Amino acid sequence: MKLNRYGYLIGEGFRNIFTHCFMSFASVTIIIACLIVMGIFSLLDININQIIDDIGDQNQILAYVDEDMTAQEASAKLQTKLESLDNVASVEFVSRSEARESFMEKYDESLMEGIDDEVFRHRFSIQLIDLSLMDETKAEIEDVDGIVKVNAPTEFADKFISVRNVISIVSLALIVILGFVSLFIMSNTIKLATYGRREEIAIMKMVGASNSFIRCPFIVEGLVLGVVGGGLAFLAQWGLYAALEAKIVESLGISFVEIVPFAQVWPFVLITFLAVGILVGAVGGVIAIRNYLKV
Amino acid sequence: MVQMNNVTMVYENSDVAALDSVSLTISEGEFAFLVGPSGSGKTTIIKLLTGEIMPSDGEVIVNGFNTVKLKRRKMPQMRRTLGVIFQDFRLIDKMTVYDNVAFAMRVVGAANKEIRERVPKVLELVGLEGREKRLPAELSGGEQQRVAIARALVNNPTMIIADEPTGNLDPVRSLELMLLLEK
Repeated sequence: MKLNRYGYLIGEGFRNIFTHCFMSFASVTIIIACLIVMGIFSLLDININQIIDDIGDQNQILAYVDEDMTAQEASAKLQTKLESLDNVASVEFVSRSEARESFMEKYDESLMEGIDDEVFRHRFSIQLIDLSLMDETKAEIEDVDGIVKVNAPTEFADKFISVRNVISIVSLALIVILGFVSLFIMSNTIKLATYGRREEIAIMKMVGASNSFIRCPFIVEGLVLGVVGGGLAFLAQWGLYAALEAKIVESLGISFVEIVPFAQVWPFVLITFLAVGILVGAVGGVIAIRNYLKV
Repeated sequence: MVQMNNVTMVYENSDVAALDSVSLTISEGEFAFLVGPSGSGKTTIIKLLTGEIMPSDGEVIVNGFNTVKLKRRKMPQMRRTLGVIFQDFRLIDKMTVYDNVAFAMRVVGAANKEIRERVPKVLELVGLEGREKRLPAELSGGEQQRVAIARALVNNPTMIIADEPTGNLDPVRSLELMLLLEK
């Protein structure tokens, strides 16, 4: 295909958008609506997972140190041993005095009057990588010389994992179902948009146009509409998310539920929206006209 | 050149043969007329020649292309050797007169310069100079017919096929058209 033909075909793609402006508007609107619905559920899923992960992070294992060891000895000898265990994400040493202070912050100070630091043991606060392996990791920590007792909320971990799995499956299923529904609606809109042009395609075929010559403007048109639809859906999603975030913070006063900032997820949202928009626009257009090309 | 050998055409969902073992040959330079009552199969023959439909039996050879054996992706090459004037004109509504004619040249990969030179000449030949920027809907039936003729002529085809080209024209215009085709 010669260069001037490419220029003509690309130009035709752009011209078609304006010539069939109502159907272009309908296609873009449907793409925006479907992407926003999918986006809402995806962002909801990301936030639920974030909240669950935060809850999970708060469930740490406490490993108490042998009373015969000083703070320096415990920190020097045990820290690296604990850090080298497979499922351990982080290890923080908490001395007797720090443990006492933390206890006093949580409870009434009067309870601690006259009670010496020595009542508390040196300990390590351990975060795990995978909560489902809490039992195995607890056993490994208990085997470390110098650790005399390990407190691990294993029962909570089991329940927490079940809840997280259920939520993940439900949200994934919802996103997949909504994805299919959106694709169905979008492909039908594009089919409707190209139906009115079947006569035009038939004429093109009759004067000797090849399939690629006919397809090219449709691909360009689909790409442009997909990019415009994806881009506008991204902006709308951004505005919606920001408004919702502000509303939640305002209604809850202090935000004990940490909402994932849009700044953290926007590349994912933008890339996904543009990819879906381009895929649906270009591929949908080509699929929609394929029946009219069989002349 | 056209050669049809024992061509039978039975349309889907129909028991009656539109064509039954038809054989014909049209040589280069020949001006052939196909006449007959409505429903006798004239349009079916034209559709077979343009590759719009395939025969149920027999073979159709157009300008050296056997349409039955021709791969679908090669069909445009065969069609580019033809200039077809359809009974219902088949102009693209959204394109101007100029673009409808130029489109046939773009399809065969003509350069822009060549298109700019050739299209006005052909439009002048069919008497449509000054109508370049009009849309088909803004033209009379006779004018639309002449746009279709211009489109059929613009690539200097080996063969011109016209399906009832005077069907929508008054006697004066009909005579003009026949004289034009004779040129």
